[in-house]
Amino acid sequence: MRIARTRLNRSLGGDLTLFLFLLAVACFMSLPLVYTISNAFKPLNELFLFPPRFLVRNPTLDNFRDLFIMLRSSWVPFTRYVYNSLVIALLGTGGHVLFASMAAYALSQFRFPGSRQFFNIVVFSLMFAPQVTTIPNYLIMARLKWVDSYLALIVPAWGMSLGLYLMKQFMDQIPKALLESARIDGASEWRIFWQIVMPTVRPAWLTLIILSFQQLWGQTGGRFLFSERLKPIPYALQQISSGGIARAGVAAAVGLIMMLVPVTVFLINQSNVVETMSTSGIRE
Amino acid sequence: MRVSSTEITPSASVPAPRSRWFTGLWKEIKANRDAYLFLAPFAIIFIAFTVLPVVTSIVLSFTDCNMLEPPKWVGWQNYTRLFLVDDVFLIAVKNTLVYAIVTGPLSYIACLLFAWLINELRPKLRAFMTLLFYAPSISGNAFLIWTIIFSGDAYGYMNGLLLRFGIINEPVQWLQDTRFITPIVILVVLWMSLGTSFLVFIAGLQGIDKTLYEAGAIDGIRNRWQELWYITLPSMKPQLMFGAVMSITQSFTASEHAIALAGFPSTDYAARTVVTHLIDYGNVRFEMGYAAAIATVLFLAMILTQRLVQKWLRNLG
Repeated sequence: MRIARTRLNRSLGGDLTLFLFLLAVACFMSLPLVYTISNAFKPLNELFLFPPRFLVRNPTLDNFRDLFIMLRSSWVPFTRYVYNSLVIALLGTGGHVLFASMAAYALSQFRFPGSRQFFNIVVFSLMFAPQVTTIPNYLIMARLKWVDSYLALIVPAWGMSLGLYLMKQFMDQIPKALLESARIDGASEWRIFWQIVMPTVRPAWLTLIILSFQQLWGQTGGRFLFSERLKPIPYALQQISSGGIARAGVAAAVGLIMMLVPVTVFLINQSNVVETMSTSGIRE
Repeated sequence: MRVSSTEITPSASVPAPRSRWFTGLWKEIKANRDAYLFLAPFAIIFIAFTVLPVVTSIVLSFTDCNMLEPPKWVGWQNYTRLFLVDDVFLIAVKNTLVYAIVTGPLSYIACLLFAWLINELRPKLRAFMTLLFYAPSISGNAFLIWTIIFSGDAYGYMNGLLLRFGIINEPVQWLQDTRFITPIVILVVLWMSLGTSFLVFIAGLQGIDKTLYEAGAIDGIRNRWQELWYITLPSMKPQLMFGAVMSITQSFTASEHAIALAGFPSTDYAARTVVTHLIDYGNVRFEMGYAAAIATVLFLAMILTQRLVQKWLRNLG
């Protein structure tokens, strides 16, 4: 922020050096973005060029045209895959942010029997390798008769440990006095949660939305979804890629389309993470 | 706090100490009714879909389970086999420790450093720069471009570059030569490490009270490094702890990149980590009991590390 720049201990030279350093690292880090974008516009002969070339030389929209031709003939419309992914990502993220924030509020602002233990279990659960829980998970879904429905992907997302841990860490920083004064004024816990706590930890849930959306958007649903009309877009991408050489161009185009959605979510949320003057006054 | 006050309160109707403890507990639960209601939706889902499968897996680690026959109880046999018989597991442990010790702290510091530097930029530019830094995490399996860079023939970018400048005379088998596999996997893991913690640190930096910096300047803080150490870091301890847990899980469970780059199985198990070992037994050989034992050992190792780091972070600043 501009205000930060005018502080005493900043020099123009130092700022410039650091910025150039950042820019250099940023170029190195952005390779995959550049590669995905450039691939989507490569004609087939460049996609299979040997030795491979990083950047596109004769950009073309052929891949997108092929994609639309293929879409017209596909069994399930392509938009259906997009819709499925959106349903899973939106409902999953919405519920996750809501329930995790509520639980984080309880654990952060109250000491009650079991609170400390529950929080420890949540943190520990982040460290268990998910590869071995697939079978018990499947059995639970089968028992609930949720196999082959969105529920199998959406509902577990509501109880992911990451969101609770993230929200709790941010809520721990809210000064207790702020909430106490609201309680004295007779505000209900529900109102305190919505009108004081959530606006204060806005950077936290904006970040959580990015993380959760991105994770759910990438779900292939392989273990739980079997009907073609329920499958999400990463699954469609896998299918197209397995079409081999004939489908490589289309796969590159889908890869770009698939990446654009989380990138959009990212940019919208990330530019809002910055605390505005109106909300910063809430802090101690 | 509340615990002591309710326990001291004498309750005339219930004289026995044990039931007094119980009514005390009950009173306290009732007093915190709101908190339980806030916790309930998450807790129910979390227990059903996370705790239950994890507990089942831990129980399975004491059985012989091939997923066709019902599990047979074998006691500690999986664990004794793991440490006393399985040579490859020890290689996997060694590799995992190398990866964890190198990538864990480095990725943690990188996340913090870049979040801190980016935080100085203006909002729009910052969002864009953050995206560039976060790009390896958001673009799916983009780390596959490293297989092109380190391709073993003369057309791989790295080989091509080194050949042109005459540094090497023949192409190097980067991903098959055991001398290079570990450093390359570490490089790629580090390249991908500006993920969750990075974003959380950026969000955490937003929450720091700006007036603290002004006060610090008056109190004699002279440069931005002092500012970082005395004001910024102590103000974001909860986020630092969060980042530490993320770094521990990510560095201990690195497997995806290792498999994609060095193959599965890799030359002389040079890229074998505990998690690739687990995948081998769980998803290839279908020895679920044994795989669960590997997961449990890894779980305990990570909890231990997390406790140590937590202790250390408490004393920071």
